[in-house]
Amino acid sequence: MTTVYIIATMSLTTLVIRFLPFFVFKKKTPEYITYLGDVLPPAIIGMLVIYCLKDIDFSVKYFGIPELIAVAVVIALQVWKRNPLISILSGTVAYMLLIQLVF
Amino acid sequence: MKNKTIRQAFITSIPVLAGYIFLGIGFGILLRKAGYGVLWAASMSIVIYGGSMQYVGVGLIASGASVINTLITTVMVNGRHLFYSISVMNKYKDAGKYKPYMIFALTDETYSILSDGKVPDGVEPDRYRFYVSLFNHSYWIAGGIIGNIIGNFLPFSSAGVEFSMTALFVASFTEQWLTNKNHFPAVTGLLSTIICLLVFGTEFFLIPALLLMTLVLTVFRKRGVEKI
Repeated sequence: MTTVYIIATMSLTTLVIRFLPFFVFKKKTPEYITYLGDVLPPAIIGMLVIYCLKDIDFSVKYFGIPELIAVAVVIALQVWKRNPLISILSGTVAYMLLIQLVF
Repeated sequence: MKNKTIRQAFITSIPVLAGYIFLGIGFGILLRKAGYGVLWAASMSIVIYGGSMQYVGVGLIASGASVINTLITTVMVNGRHLFYSISVMNKYKDAGKYKPYMIFALTDETYSILSDGKVPDGVEPDRYRFYVSLFNHSYWIAGGIIGNIIGNFLPFSSAGVEFSMTALFVASFTEQWLTNKNHFPAVTGLLSTIICLLVFGTEFFLIPALLLMTLVLTVFRKRGVEKI
């Protein structure tokens, strides 16, 4: 029974966090919030990139070289083709080959 | 029109497919090791739907954590979602019947795909966003179930597949960089995060980073609105 309570608490708390802003600004979205909606996405996605790369240890093993090469592949392809599907799949395959075969 | 919207949503969701399946498998395996079967795995993936939260959740369940402890941990791990919701409020405002589910299903990955507000040509925007959210959720549920049932017996080496999530964020970041003329928000996000990572360490730096970038973007609002 404890397990059910724990899962319910995780679910409901997450739900409240996700819905809270929509309830607080139910009537009309203030201009400031609209502004944040314009500027936060690039900032937050930048944060998520750093979050994913935070565990690279540049001092040992491969100095983060596979990660850096694969990130470069994704950026280069995205700039060139502007197609996320191509960039993401190519970058991932490149990374898998690098860590399984090369390094 | 209807089928095109669903087809486009599926194509958009493909980059998330591999990542969610394999991260989901990781979760399913972990939960099995803690002694919980496939129904638990599926239920958690359906009602919680948060990657890091469910990994942490296995620990909470295994240790029989109290409701208060679970609540505090959830706020710490998932507090960042408050900022995701704030920044999609305007884009989701006309979503009608799709809206509650779309708010519920706004994970990091779905956010990074939908947060720029752009949709492919010729699709119904809100139906499209709804289906992207739904496809991503279904991959996550499928991964949890597969992992819980087959465990470690994968027929091929999947080492490195988790990089697809990193690649997704890098591609979204690059695309928004190319679209926006004003790079102040993107640079603010990167620098705030790096500073908070150095100051607070790798465990709990996301909330400080979000607060810092919001503060900087608020104080320098003039810089933020220039030629977006």
